Amino acid sequence: MARPPTQFPQFSSVGDVEKRLSEAGYLPDAQISTTVFLADRLGKPLLVEGPAGTGKTELAKALATATGSELIRLQCYEGLDEARALYEWNYKKQLLRIQASQGTDGADWNTVHDDIFGEEFLLARPLLTAIRRTEPTVLLIDETDKADVEVEGLLLEVLSDFQVTIPELGTVTATRRPMVVLTSNATRELSEALKRRCLYLALDYPSAEREREIVLSRVPDLAPGLAEQLVRTVRALRALELKKSPSISETLDWAQTLLELGLDTLDESAMRSTLGVVLKHASDQVRAAAELRLN
Amino acid sequence: MSAPARFSSTEPGGLTGHLDGFVRAVREAGIPVGISQAVDAAEILTVVDLLDREQLRHGLAAVLLQRAAQRPTYDVLFDLWWPLSDRPAAGGDEDGEDGEDREDGAAGESTLDLPGADDPDLAELMRARLLQLLLDGDDEALRRFARAAVELLGRAQPSPSGQSFFSYRVLRALSPDTLVSQLLAGLLAEGDRGGLAEQVARQTVKERLAALRAAIEAEVRRRTAAEKGRDKVAKNAVRPLVDQVDFLRAQSSDLAELRRAVAPLARRLAVRLSARRRLGREGRLDFRKTVRASLGTGGVPVITHHRPRKVHKPELVVLCDVSGSVAGFSHFTLMLTQALREHFTGVRAFAFVDTTDEVTRFFRPGADVVDAVSRIGREADVVGFDGHSDYGTAFEVFADRWASAVGPKTSLLILGDGRTNYRPPGIPVLADLVRRSRSAHWLNPEPRRLWGSGDSAADRYGEAIDMVECRNAAQLADFVTTL
Repeated sequence: MARPPTQFPQFSSVGDVEKRLSEAGYLPDAQISTTVFLADRLGKPLLVEGPAGTGKTELAKALATATGSELIRLQCYEGLDEARALYEWNYKKQLLRIQASQGTDGADWNTVHDDIFGEEFLLARPLLTAIRRTEPTVLLIDETDKADVEVEGLLLEVLSDFQVTIPELGTVTATRRPMVVLTSNATRELSEALKRRCLYLALDYPSAEREREIVLSRVPDLAPGLAEQLVRTVRALRALELKKSPSISETLDWAQTLLELGLDTLDESAMRSTLGVVLKHASDQVRAAAELRLN
Repeated sequence: MSAPARFSSTEPGGLTGHLDGFVRAVREAGIPVGISQAVDAAEILTVVDLLDREQLRHGLAAVLLQRAAQRPTYDVLFDLWWPLSDRPAAGGDEDGEDGEDREDGAAGESTLDLPGADDPDLAELMRARLLQLLLDGDDEALRRFARAAVELLGRAQPSPSGQSFFSYRVLRALSPDTLVSQLLAGLLAEGDRGGLAEQVARQTVKERLAALRAAIEAEVRRRTAAEKGRDKVAKNAVRPLVDQVDFLRAQSSDLAELRRAVAPLARRLAVRLSARRRLGREGRLDFRKTVRASLGTGGVPVITHHRPRKVHKPELVVLCDVSGSVAGFSHFTLMLTQALREHFTGVRAFAFVDTTDEVTRFFRPGADVVDAVSRIGREADVVGFDGHSDYGTAFEVFADRWASAVGPKTSLLILGDGRTNYRPPGIPVLADLVRRSRSAHWLNPEPRRLWGSGDSAADRYGEAIDMVECRNAAQLADFVTTL
């Protein structure tokens, strides 16, 4: 359990987390603020898992705002490798350097060698950047489940020791450990080893009350009555067995749409004309229309 | 035996000992907790505010759990191991509710704490209050109400083994389901009945009633645990994790949850298959492209380019028993089929009871699974004679009418329990199908020890084809990874 580089905790209490995240425009519930507080206190990476659009990435962004840190984002995708995640040598520049020194006879092998493997030719990718930073940093590793299994191994190494060994340069150790947030849509099970090193936060759709607050804080011009109606309707939609349940961001889009259209109530006709904002599969729309008696 | 005593215990190891017991209970419920996680859990205790029960709940969950599906089980166990105290908010609130619990709790109690618990008037009074609470939709107040209701209405006759509490007594006295029409009337004040507003209101009512029921059950569990010891309650109260529910014994309440559990599994299977397809995507060297790219680096081919590999499109033929005896099982396998259809074109599905019909057309990408399954029952020609499984005939019809469906590129997947109703099993036909296919598997929802018992021909089929036991979502997941 090596957590070598120390970091001053950013938050003083769970209430503090809640307050500062709210100020950053993210309304956490008890589970979120407790887990974030623990991640900060214990210095462990935070693994946030949940369906798309429940505010996973948003949480990381709000964390960065709340703690005054810079957000460094590593977007995972299939085929992501060390060269994209950690660091890479700038081959082209190195080649140029070699070619430029070919004519001059003063440059012997050793100086060229030392030269082309210097700072100047190193392309730092998100993981290395986050480790080398001296200012407060939030490292967001987004959609970890999309990356290949090998990347998990790399993450394990980086996240447990917060150091990277570059053969030509030596070991780079974090001077200030970044706060790490990993997100996953659970399209595949992440490895036990990775999960074990993280604090696990399962994000689901919020409670009616919290969702209403979110809507009102993000779309402040919306009438509270309409927000209430909207949230209840979205919950009714989520209760149907849809292919893709409406997410929080889609609820917000819907609220914005209603506002733009100047609708003051969500009745059948309003819903029929705006259903495309929340449901994006034809079959889901048909199903919702039938179940909610829109016709 | 209330928790606060344990919390404030001064003896060393009291709290950690308690935590240890909790961790062991979580493990016994089928949630794997490693040693390092148990250590982390102990560390959590030093960081969270122990007087705030919800902090402790979420804090421990953060280190002990690894999947969202484990949460309901965890919550039941947590409530048993770290129960609310019996005395609401006496002194500090060790029982963990927020501070407002105190005033509200006292206020709520005073109106309810009437003498004469068997009084029919009491039930009426409680019903009126319940109606108001359900209309307000305040979860916290509803939970407090549930606690009071169990205290007042849930008591059974005291027996020598101690006082028992039953949720059915509370629910009978309150009969919350009869409040639905009143609730709807209350929520739909503007008088727009029928249509969207009513559907939405119905959903709201349903959610609140479910919350009430859950709160009552939790309270009964808590009381029973205090009376009879929590180990006993833990054994009965903890439902198996969704992916461990037996397909054949799944109850209707499990079905919806199971469907939700299988959906990501199907997606995972699709992801896996496509990952396999793309694995080793670097084919032969694309000389032309590599030379072109090398111009940027002074003619040195730093980056090589490769031609994409020829993709082998998986052709999958699913042959599925949809007779009544395996209904629950076939439902899920058809869901899988649907998911595969969405990702791959080369999937064909066939269903049979005592004759076979192609059902691929019901699984158009974007089609609704629940719909498709009911349409198979109505429209597909799967019953020829009496509606009892006849594997022999089904295989013969399949091999006869769709002879070209199975070829050297095809993976064949058969789903069924292999119970032939003592009819000819048609093993030669099956063996021929297996021989013609690239690979063939049979998923059987029955436990392995029952294969070959009674009218099951599973053991004989097993000699002709690779037969796999697939009783729950976990086993299905295991199979998926080997495919």
